[in-house]
Amino acid sequence: MTILTYLIPISLLLGGLGLWGFIYTIRSDQYDDPDGNAQRILGGQYDDKPKD
Amino acid sequence: MAISACPACEAAPVAAAAAAAVPKDTRLSLSLPGIHCAACISTVEEALRSVPGVQEARVNLTLKRANVDAAPHVRPDALIARLSAAGYEAHELDAGSLAATETDRAGRDLLMRLAVAGFASMNVMLLSVAVWSGAAEATRDLFHWISAVIALPAILFSGQPFFANAFAALRARRLNMDVPIVLAIVLALATSLWETALSGHHAYFDAALTLVFFLLTGRYLDYRTRAVARSAAEELAALEVPRAIRVKEGIEAEVAVSELRPGDTVLVRPGGRMPVDGVIVSGQSELDRSLLTGETLPVFGQTGDKVSAGEVNLTGPLTIRATAVGEDTSLHQMADLVAIAESGRSRYTSLADRAAKLYAPGVHILSALAFVGWYLYTFDIRTALNIAAAVLIITCPCALGLAVPAVTTAASGRLFRMGLLVKHATALERLAEVDTVVFDKTGTLTMGQPEVQSLDGIPQDALRVARALAEASAHPLSKAVRSAVHSAGIPPAAVQNIEEVPGYGVQGRWRGQTVRLGRSAWLGVAECAASAVHLQLDGATYTILCKDALRQGAAEVVAALQNAGKEVQLLSGDTEGAVRMTAEQLGIAYWQAGMLPAEKAQVITARTSGGAKVLMVGDGLNDTAALSSAHVSISPASALDAARVASDIVLLGNDLGPIADALTVAQKATRRIRENFRIATLYNVIAVPLAVAGLATPLIAALAMSTSSITVSLNALRLRVK
Repeated sequence: MTILTYLIPISLLLGGLGLWGFIYTIRSDQYDDPDGNAQRILGGQYDDKPKD
Repeated sequence: MAISACPACEAAPVAAAAAAAVPKDTRLSLSLPGIHCAACISTVEEALRSVPGVQEARVNLTLKRANVDAAPHVRPDALIARLSAAGYEAHELDAGSLAATETDRAGRDLLMRLAVAGFASMNVMLLSVAVWSGAAEATRDLFHWISAVIALPAILFSGQPFFANAFAALRARRLNMDVPIVLAIVLALATSLWETALSGHHAYFDAALTLVFFLLTGRYLDYRTRAVARSAAEELAALEVPRAIRVKEGIEAEVAVSELRPGDTVLVRPGGRMPVDGVIVSGQSELDRSLLTGETLPVFGQTGDKVSAGEVNLTGPLTIRATAVGEDTSLHQMADLVAIAESGRSRYTSLADRAAKLYAPGVHILSALAFVGWYLYTFDIRTALNIAAAVLIITCPCALGLAVPAVTTAASGRLFRMGLLVKHATALERLAEVDTVVFDKTGTLTMGQPEVQSLDGIPQDALRVARALAEASAHPLSKAVRSAVHSAGIPPAAVQNIEEVPGYGVQGRWRGQTVRLGRSAWLGVAECAASAVHLQLDGATYTILCKDALRQGAAEVVAALQNAGKEVQLLSGDTEGAVRMTAEQLGIAYWQAGMLPAEKAQVITARTSGGAKVLMVGDGLNDTAALSSAHVSISPASALDAARVASDIVLLGNDLGPIADALTVAQKATRRIRENFRIATLYNVIAVPLAVAGLATPLIAALAMSTSSITVSLNALRLRVK
């Protein structure tokens, strides 16, 4: 049962990581235009580098 | 795609220079009704970025809108012209009216709470599954403690909307759905903590968290549906950019309508709408009052005549002196009528409220009885409290919380795709009860634009002259003549010196004589009853009769409603002849003409007190009182802002057809809501006896809660497919 001392913190950490990721996506306006995002990946335009 | 074809790079130096000169950029919003695919997005963004001064342009396909950051000197007209050259229709949106949807704080806040509840319940559920599958003694206690550490702060954060609502309700000495929810959550947490401290077997941390998660899902769906409707409604309002031309010491300047004061001199060009009430000080023209009174025919206006805000100037430029602005205009005074009528609608209690009224006391009594019964039976407060908590959790309105929002979301989504915008939360339920449909005529059943009845008996030459003259004017009757002669395949004659005489008609010279197209008094012929335009040449006069063109789908919608057993009526402010013609054309037996705004509202109130559920469809200012006193109301997107605000549902397209379908969808939606209530009740009927008998475990609670919530959502999704 000593394995639980590793597994429980790991599961909590992973859950927390998922939550942090989700909150990050909300904060950076990634749900404002779901239809547009679905279409944009089909476009033929590519960026050489991220926008400044 | 070639690398060099990057308009942003080419524009960059220009943009940088502009940015250096003026530090602050302005943000412009454009409505793009025509965009639908990835190619549209990139074409529009490229087109916008190629306009000098534009720093950044981003298309939002969901809202069909583009946001442009540009230097202050960039005019929206330039952007619109560039887009129409690229083949896209664009309209400027008023930034002020849009501000509310720009930052969707409330939605983001709900989503954040939903996420916290979701992730916390996943973690706690993992630990609970271990307990259910046989973890015992110290391991079980450890798992319960960890669950408590996750659940308590998570619920404290995500449950806030419920805590706030329940507190507000209790302060007003009322019971709403949130009171039993909060009581269940608090009691579950308290007993679970107590059990954990005494190393007991059952803890309900997972149940409390999933409860919050499911209920928040319902709230979020509800919020989304209304946010979409609100932002679309705001966009309609934002399309009318409120500007006027003020003349001061001979200089014309464009100002916001809100800056106008009584006594100001305002210039209204042909095609423009009166921004204020006032008196004409110079010029003569014809005024389209259809949105205010329902009259199809334009009214003649000259120096000294009074004009009201909302009227459209048709033929000649008018200078008016403002007598009343803003809140004091006749347009806004109609709002008083609306405010009185409004009370009828707020008296409607939704299905959810009626369910809550039955439900909340029932649950509390049941749980209290379980507590008292078990206490008297065992004299053990711990057992009694545990069972009372289990009863509250199992009966907790998880499925009830989803029953209504899941259905309204699915139904509103389907109606939106059909071109109907549901603005009011209970509009669907009220729409389903409708048995009488009252239409307005001008602008609703008809386009408010005349159409030529027939060109029979008029010689070819005369028609050619008529077309030439009609092409010189923007008057609705001229437009009707032009398009009728054009579709008859007759070319225009070579008429010279064509000039428009504002308020009277058009004249010119043809084969050495004066030819005229205009109103009867000008040409010295007898006035006709119906709307007509007269043509004078070679000493003879010809009369071209016109009628109001029916709106697309009007005949179909009336027929479909009558087939569905609804009573269809027509109430109009227009003249008797015009109303009778439309009513006969559409097969509407009951009609009334020449009605004043207050009379329309009275007729509807009388019908309502007679037990009828009235759906009012109208667009004009004269309809606003009737729209708000009806059980439920629909207005077309072309309606005045005041009418759209007063109505529950806005028809986005030109076609009236979706109205009949909307009634069917609304009836289906109400049926689904009732089914959902029955499903939720069924689960309670099975699970409650178990809980009262003390046989419920956290596992049973979790199963009952999840299955009922999922069944209810799936049942609602059936509405999406036809």
